[in-house]
Amino acid sequence: MQIVVDLTRCQGYAQCVFLAPEVFQLHGQEGLLYTPAVPDDQLERVRQAAAACPVQAILLGKEVSPGGR
Amino acid sequence: MAADLREGRIVIVGASLAGLRAAEALREEGFTGSLTMVGDEPHPPYDRPPLSKQVLLGQVPADSTALPMRRDPDADWRLGVRATGLDPLKKRVVLADGESLPFDRLLIATGTRARPWPKAEEAALDGVFTLRTREDAAGLAERLAAGPRRVLVIGGGFTGSEIASACRERGLDVTVTERGPAPLVGALGGTLSKLAAAMQRNNGVDLRCGVTVTALRGDGNGRFTGADLSDGSRVEADVCVAALGAVRNVEWLADSGLAAGPRGIACDAGCRAFDMYGIVTDDVFVAGDVSRFPHPLFGYQMLSLEHWGNAVAQAEVAAHNMVNPGPLRRPHLALPTFWSAQFGLNIKSVGVPTFSDHVVIAQGTLEERRLAMVYGYQGRVTAAVTVDMAKSLDYYTHLIETAAPFPPAPGASDRPLAAEIPLPSDVPDPKALSHGPTVALTGHLPDRRLTVVQPT
Repeated sequence: MQIVVDLTRCQGYAQCVFLAPEVFQLHGQEGLLYTPAVPDDQLERVRQAAAACPVQAILLGKEVSPGGR
Repeated sequence: MAADLREGRIVIVGASLAGLRAAEALREEGFTGSLTMVGDEPHPPYDRPPLSKQVLLGQVPADSTALPMRRDPDADWRLGVRATGLDPLKKRVVLADGESLPFDRLLIATGTRARPWPKAEEAALDGVFTLRTREDAAGLAERLAAGPRRVLVIGGGFTGSEIASACRERGLDVTVTERGPAPLVGALGGTLSKLAAAMQRNNGVDLRCGVTVTALRGDGNGRFTGADLSDGSRVEADVCVAALGAVRNVEWLADSGLAAGPRGIACDAGCRAFDMYGIVTDDVFVAGDVSRFPHPLFGYQMLSLEHWGNAVAQAEVAAHNMVNPGPLRRPHLALPTFWSAQFGLNIKSVGVPTFSDHVVIAQGTLEERRLAMVYGYQGRVTAAVTVDMAKSLDYYTHLIETAAPFPPAPGASDRPLAAEIPLPSDVPDPKALSHGPTVALTGHLPDRRLTVVQPT
């Protein structure tokens, strides 16, 4: 599973950093860096982080598999 | 009518952020016809912003930034094949492999590519990079990990500054050259560009402004060894990144009759492309970095944006309008918004900072490197930039959307004395910069010199 964070929406509340620190890190006071490819053992934490984000900026989903049609 | 629009054949040229989000939105809107996605890169859609940050820092591999889907767009993917032409009369897209794809409606989302170093033989030296694609980032990250003596970054725009930031964080010596007076000046104007320059120097960047690189030098075996600067000095470096801005991918439309040029493809507020006579089409739509569109908050000037958020918002509007009849169509009126993380600072912008004559620091101070700067044009608020103050940005977004008077009225408890003192916004002529502007106003205001008309 992959994530992307809408950083135009992100306001640095850092709830994701508390819930899934291996995937989300603050860089400085409020800049967010994250690991786009979510390790399987972090999936549940990332789901919680996405749900907890006050501005709902985290999208979790599958990547496109072009042969999928 | 509406039912018909939800059927038929839609082709999307461009399989990156805008193309993917448009494809998802088409299905969300009830489109049940055939959907074909054409992308010149061999990869499924991936996210680019991490390439100049997490990837260059060595935290994640370049090939790990695939974009998650909101839903499966159930599309036929043609990846690794370039579109080479458009026949608007026969309604076909021609691909590089000779295939011709018929469509009822077309979305163009071909985006931009990195502007290369202009001298091809110098650009081909081993160690000279641009940064736009996954491959660019993988190659550059590998070189940075190998511990070069010094990295030369040409251009002090957002990409160049983020690259320099990543280099310093990795403990690498880095030189940034910028033809303008300071980094980021083309996007943020004079005052914040001075903060950007101070941040670079405080973090150990060898920043050279007001100079250009006149030549890249090799060692005779095709390896980059350094560069000559216009002030007569020389920079010895193992790696060079040309961060000169972006070129819009419009060449394939040269014979299409569309209004496609160096600033992008002109379209209306509903994302419908104009032809070269300024007549709006009704079956060709545009979204993302390759578009130019009018915005009422900025004098109906045509905006060219290289912003992640614009690609998403415009793709959604384009998709909606592709499957809905006239009266149900929506305008793309989202405010331009972007962010940049560099030297530990989170810079966010809303509105068009270059559409300004004055600025005030409405919250915070330059000294604490935490502030909100508000931009005004002829007495109304047109933009705001925050440095490590993202939570304030929504407030200023509202001021811009309501054309609030400038300077803004007192409101914030951390309002500094400086909020009383508007300063000239000091936006330079973009012609004088190394880095291309990531927001370009391409209309004409007689008192501004923001239009560059250059035959290519």
